Amino acid sequence: MKRRQRHALLRYLLLTLGAFVMIYPLLWLVSATFRSNSEIFSAAGLIPTAPTLEGWRNAFADYGGQINLLRAMGNTYAYVLPKVLLTLISTTLTAYGFARFQFAGKRLFQILLYCTLFLPQTVLYVPQFVLFEQLGWVDSPLYLPLVVPGALAGETALVVMMIQFFRNIPKVYDEAASLDGCHSLQLLWYVLLPMLKPVLITCGVLQLLWSVNDYMGPLLYVKTPSRYPISVYVKLSMDADSGFAWNRVLAVCCVAMLPQIIMYFIAQRRSDMPIAAGGIKM
Amino acid sequence: MSGRKGLVGFCKRNRHILYIMPWLMGFLMFQGLPMLWSLICGFSDFHLFRGISQWGLQNYTAILSDAAALRAIGITLLYTCITVPLKIMLGMAVAYLLHTSLKGIGIFRTLYYLPSILGSSVAAAVLWKALFRDGGVVNQLLQMVGLSPVAWLAEPNTALWVVILLRVWEFGSPMVLMLAAFQQIPHTLLDAARLDGAGAVSIFFRIQLPMISPVVFYSAMLQICTALQEFNAPFIITDGGPMGSTTLISLLIYRHAFSRYEMGYASALAWVLFLLTAVCVGLYLLLGKRLVFWEQEEPR
Repeated sequence: MKRRQRHALLRYLLLTLGAFVMIYPLLWLVSATFRSNSEIFSAAGLIPTAPTLEGWRNAFADYGGQINLLRAMGNTYAYVLPKVLLTLISTTLTAYGFARFQFAGKRLFQILLYCTLFLPQTVLYVPQFVLFEQLGWVDSPLYLPLVVPGALAGETALVVMMIQFFRNIPKVYDEAASLDGCHSLQLLWYVLLPMLKPVLITCGVLQLLWSVNDYMGPLLYVKTPSRYPISVYVKLSMDADSGFAWNRVLAVCCVAMLPQIIMYFIAQRRSDMPIAAGGIKM
Repeated sequence: MSGRKGLVGFCKRNRHILYIMPWLMGFLMFQGLPMLWSLICGFSDFHLFRGISQWGLQNYTAILSDAAALRAIGITLLYTCITVPLKIMLGMAVAYLLHTSLKGIGIFRTLYYLPSILGSSVAAAVLWKALFRDGGVVNQLLQMVGLSPVAWLAEPNTALWVVILLRVWEFGSPMVLMLAAFQQIPHTLLDAARLDGAGAVSIFFRIQLPMISPVVFYSAMLQICTALQEFNAPFIITDGGPMGSTTLISLLIYRHAFSRYEMGYASALAWVLFLLTAVCVGLYLLLGKRLVFWEQEEPR
């Protein structure tokens, strides 16, 4: 018994130490936003000696252009949220088709699907850019180049995950529903979807995180400053201010990270899935 | 979905195709055909504004004699070879510690995963840049323990390590996969080993590690694929510098394609990266397959 307690203690000790190292950069980030610029790079501690709101005030001011922090946040979620919704719809339909129906050519499509899982996105930047340029979608006010590929089940990792979940639902439900006269869409909507709720939450959270974090996409396809999403805005802020106003840059970073962290905690409470599924990509 | 007559029968007969239609359209438009297009484009000197004047292998021969490209390939491989094992080992160590039913373990799990939420975000990279700056926290801590500060971002030898450390900090994704794998090991197996007098070390190496090895194998493969494509961190923290020491292939592709508009050359480079990924994954599958303990069936 004593040995057991010693082990538990050791484990707690190691975990606490590690957790501190892991979280320290984030804590430092928060504390740095309340420091004056001269103090940021002169103390490693977490408590500011002369707390100031200067960084935060400046973070919400604009740089003289048509874009500011709140607007950039608004821009981001204005296209990311519809994108997530469309992703969920298209991903569910596709996974349903793959998991529940037999048809000619299915094997081929499946191989293609699994191939795209390992297709480096980097290879696609050039041809997609040329394509979107031809379509006239670059700098589209609806963010079409960022939304449409996702809306057409473009995140293969999510499709594959969803297929696995469909397969885990016993087919007896399908049979019972079709005996009761359900057609395939009713079966999906009334019978299968309620059971898929955790995986839907997970897919939504993951797609939201990936889309908000995406930098290359907005960098290539959003040219008008007033339409910049947050990832481009953070880079803009860094380029404009690094060297003198770090408290402002870091406050901007703080705001950029906050919704993701809050959402993670909410999703974490709703279901245990998001954390375990986070490993499928990245 | 439409309720119109005549269509109903058609939809019923072809419902499977209709269900996968969104993906099929997306695949053809944004993945399959662009991929082919980029393969063809790689054999031309396509310039976004000047068009094509020449076809042939010139891009590939140019890459072979382009010191910057060869160096970028080397740096990308080095980056991958350091980042992936570190991330996997750290993830495994923490998953091992977290695999317990002690009180409050959920809080630790959340905290360790938190940095991974930020993922490839620009904000995390900016934070990292601030930490490793001249007077940044890292240097202050070094001075506290009596070491001399390092110009992390200005030294070609250390800049790549800054990028590597950012990605290693985000070891949460392999960690959660391995944690789930640890939890799936049957208790009977561990109890039997303990009854036989096995210590924690031999239980880990003889039972737990073999049992989770398929997951380790899988997550390392994912990590290799992502590491080879890394773009955001080096682009934001160092912009490829100092002296090209953090110019990974993806940065080079970006520069050729979107600063110089040399789409042909960039496409060829992208295909080199693609082939490199394929070779790495292929080699990894060949070598790694033997090290993995497959419980029921041999993999294909």
